[in-house]
Amino acid sequence: MSAALQLLRREMAIAWGRGGGLMVTGGFFAGATLLLPLASGPEPERLAQIAPGATWTVLALSALLGLERLFERDYEDGALDLMAHAGLPLEFTCALKCLGHWLATGAPLALLAPLAAIALGASPALAPLLVACALAGGLAFAFTGGIGAALSLGARRGGLLTAVIVLPLFVPPVIFGGAALDAFSAGLPWRAGFSLLGAYAAAAVALGPLAMAAACRNALS
Amino acid sequence: MTLSLSIEDLSLSRGGRRLFSGLGLGLEAGQACALTGANGSGKTSLLRAVAGLCAIDSGRIAFGGADPAAARASGLHLLGHLDGLKASRTAGEELAFWTGWQGGTTAAMEAAVRRLDLQRLLDLEVRRLSAGQRRRLALARLLSSPRPLWLLDEPLSPLDAHWRAEALEVMAGHLAGGGLILAAVHDPLPVAALGLEILP
Repeated sequence: MSAALQLLRREMAIAWGRGGGLMVTGGFFAGATLLLPLASGPEPERLAQIAPGATWTVLALSALLGLERLFERDYEDGALDLMAHAGLPLEFTCALKCLGHWLATGAPLALLAPLAAIALGASPALAPLLVACALAGGLAFAFTGGIGAALSLGARRGGLLTAVIVLPLFVPPVIFGGAALDAFSAGLPWRAGFSLLGAYAAAAVALGPLAMAAACRNALS
Repeated sequence: MTLSLSIEDLSLSRGGRRLFSGLGLGLEAGQACALTGANGSGKTSLLRAVAGLCAIDSGRIAFGGADPAAARASGLHLLGHLDGLKASRTAGEELAFWTGWQGGTTAAMEAAVRRLDLQRLLDLEVRRLSAGQRRRLALARLLSSPRPLWLLDEPLSPLDAHWRAEALEVMAGHLAGGGLILAAVHDPLPVAALGLEILP
């Protein structure tokens, strides 16, 4: 168990380390959110209307950042070799890597999300649901994103390939989360969308590591 | 854990090309085998196959009575061209992580650091280390968590004359303690070693 904890700490340290981490992801998130009023015009009513959906979309795109480094570096420097013949099953190792990625970038981003949404004019009452959606959605993004990252191991420009593989897998959580946020803003029942988002995240956490480990083994062999 | 290594009638292909077939080897505790062969003959692939990282076409790789999965998980060390050390982390952090990951103890790690004279390097980022220093760090990882079978891929190549001799002494010590070594090398190993040449 201590090996698992050490791996989690190492993953977070690497994710926070130089050339990555929250400054980059958070900066991208803030910058992309800022572009929106510049493109769609500054009218407060219109901005307030699209604020939840826009924040949610930018959040999904921000989750793509750093994904390419999730397995690529360990693959290039041989650490994945050592992890593949260890006492800890590779599936569990992959899950820990995704969890570390989520803890280092996804979870802090979830706390930033309400700020961005409110800055665009969304109601502050939306904040708790937005954080909850971003936390659950972030897990789904990390664990489905890990599949793309593992599948693109060894490819040139793996980051782009990862994005292309992963974006279709991001569609369901974006729909479910966006629906929940829209419904909440309009005063309609929002629990169905949120429940579906949670179910998708749970499925991604349960099944994603199996696919990641298979893809890693394939890349190593 | 005590184990032996036996390879019987092994065939291996990479990228659709047959590297070798009918390869056999038996290695008991205390024995080393120097694996030679031309560039691209499959030395690294053989080591990776023993570690369970790449599939074999036919034949058998057995670890004495031990369960292959358990033997691979906790009975062998693989030291290849890629040493698994993160460039952005310090040598000390990396050594501590891999020691914990491979079930070693802090005491063994400290002894390994002294044995390979790494004390002054532990605070440096791995990217600042020379190739030879990185190799010494990787060797320290082997000593930090004692495991019987060492799979070494050209272990001596980046080391200078002094550390080459020291590394050979470390390997001799491992053999004297009942360890096994299968090493891909270009020059014959001076430690008492069987020889196996891979021929196409």
